[in-house]
Amino acid sequence: MSQDNGLLVDVRGVDKVFKRGAEKIHVLGGLDLEIPEGEFLALMGPSGSGKSTLLNLIGGLDKPTQGEVHVAGKRIDKLSDRKLASWRARHVGLVFQFYNLLPVLSAARNVELPLLLTRLNSKQRKQQVDTAMTIVGLSHRMKHYPRTLSGGEQQRVGIARAIVTDPTLLLCDEPTGDLDRKAGDEVLELLQTLNESQGKTIVMVTHDPHAAARASRTLYLDKGQLGEEPIE
Amino acid sequence: MKYLRLILSNLKRKKLRTTLTALSILVAFILFGYLAAVKVAFNQGVDVAGIDRLVVRHKVSIIQFLPESYKDRMLKIDGVDLAVHATWFGGIYQKPSNFFAQMPVDPEPFLDMYPEYLLEPEEKKAWLETRTGAIVGRVTADRFGWKVGDRIPIQATIWTKKDGSSAWEFDLVGIYEGAEKGTDTSTFFFRHDYFDEARQWGEGNVGWYYVRVKDPERTAEVAAAIDAEFANSPAETKAEPEGAFFQGFANQVGNIARILMAILTAVFFTILLIAGNTMAQTVRERLNELAVLKAVGFTDRGVLGLVLGESCLLAAIGGLIGLALAWVAITYGGDPTNGAFPVFYFPVRDIVIGVLLVLFVGFAAGILPSIQAQRLRIADALRR
Repeated sequence: MSQDNGLLVDVRGVDKVFKRGAEKIHVLGGLDLEIPEGEFLALMGPSGSGKSTLLNLIGGLDKPTQGEVHVAGKRIDKLSDRKLASWRARHVGLVFQFYNLLPVLSAARNVELPLLLTRLNSKQRKQQVDTAMTIVGLSHRMKHYPRTLSGGEQQRVGIARAIVTDPTLLLCDEPTGDLDRKAGDEVLELLQTLNESQGKTIVMVTHDPHAAARASRTLYLDKGQLGEEPIE
Repeated sequence: MKYLRLILSNLKRKKLRTTLTALSILVAFILFGYLAAVKVAFNQGVDVAGIDRLVVRHKVSIIQFLPESYKDRMLKIDGVDLAVHATWFGGIYQKPSNFFAQMPVDPEPFLDMYPEYLLEPEEKKAWLETRTGAIVGRVTADRFGWKVGDRIPIQATIWTKKDGSSAWEFDLVGIYEGAEKGTDTSTFFFRHDYFDEARQWGEGNVGWYYVRVKDPERTAEVAAAIDAEFANSPAETKAEPEGAFFQGFANQVGNIARILMAILTAVFFTILLIAGNTMAQTVRERLNELAVLKAVGFTDRGVLGLVLGESCLLAAIGGLIGLALAWVAITYGGDPTNGAFPVFYFPVRDIVIGVLLVLFVGFAAGILPSIQAQRLRIADALRR
């Protein structure tokens, strides 16, 4: 899946400018980032530093104002919205801070959502959902609705939804931000396992140094620039 | 099909709101069904009018009489195959609200003119043999529980008898059925010879004529020839196709189609606002979830389809149940006026229009919220 140089993600000279009325807000400026396949990268930085924006660009949820984003050998910033949606379905698993499960669907149905876009039949979809729910340790909670699950369980369902299509890249936006320490540790443990035993490339945005410590590399983002160390 | 569960789940999110919206759509479509049946009732005659039949009436008004002697003169006109007269009796059975039409006619030519009135041979024979005999359609017979052999008293409002009485009595000798669904089986026919001899005034006059032409393509030509025949006489005529005559009759009440259309437009406009508001609300409440769907790979069009599908399903639940209930109520509940309408049914054509209307309501109510969902930017929506 990676390019010849072993990179799964290659972000080159990316600018991202948001407009708020007449005002232009430069969130990212000429940013470069290389993520090798199989890495567990933590992105840290103060609020508003552009961490989530960068994550969105890598995941094809947004497009840069300038620059190039290559993922798994494909330049995604030039793809049409329709092709980008299809690309996301195949290559990206997303984990959100507030889980973003659909309250009207059971845990299993939430996990099945990305599979609805595939050609798998009902039986095959069910098999994959079972597998993903087993990986996150919630095979006994298949029919439970989100409101009946704890925060940690909801986040694990969110992770099951993210991995059910066996994506190339797992993007986590503050996955433990809404959890207590114990539940957060369980989620981090799970992400670490996915990275180490299944070789999933993970990019995790976090404010929590404890969470970042689980990653194999940590980068710090501030004022639109990346660094190896926190910027004072 | 695999998205149906997702759409259904979303509809179940706010059960009360969905139920109330579906109920308002349901009521609108029940009303649609009833108005369609009322339209049929008013247009009865127009829909089943014979293309080879003319109605000839007095040029001034249908309440002016024509001489009975016109019949023979009409039959001599080139293209005329058969002529038969009828007269409005306007009597009351028991009480004024028990309205149904009564007309004296000449039995044999009349039944020849109207083969859509199906009468058993023995009943026809009895009518020809019984001077006070009368036949009535199935609708009116069922309405009053009449059976062959019953003696039917009718109080005249126009035609007093020579003895000064207004009480007419008829022997029911037959009950006719309609050959088609739209055939009027509400009218009561009795013998003109009995009527003519017994009435106190107007002898030798009739209300109007039905004329059958030999060639339906020459209808206009024959109508003009009839009018020309009686031009400059004391009783000039106006001959017109039967369909146009019935239409003119219905139009005396008003332009029914336009009135019903105005009612339906107002109802459906309101329903569109209600359903549209429901869909707009449901999309507003779910911007984050719709963004998640897009994030996991649903395309803009896919999300548009989901919201539009939800709107159409909501309209279908309310609309199709409404149409079905209307059909059941009209078919088995019958005419709400208790027989004042000659026919009362929900035509298949209007059911099909109703189904199309259901889809239109679903589409129109959902299209703007769907476009809003389609245009939703993932990153913006997830930040909210």
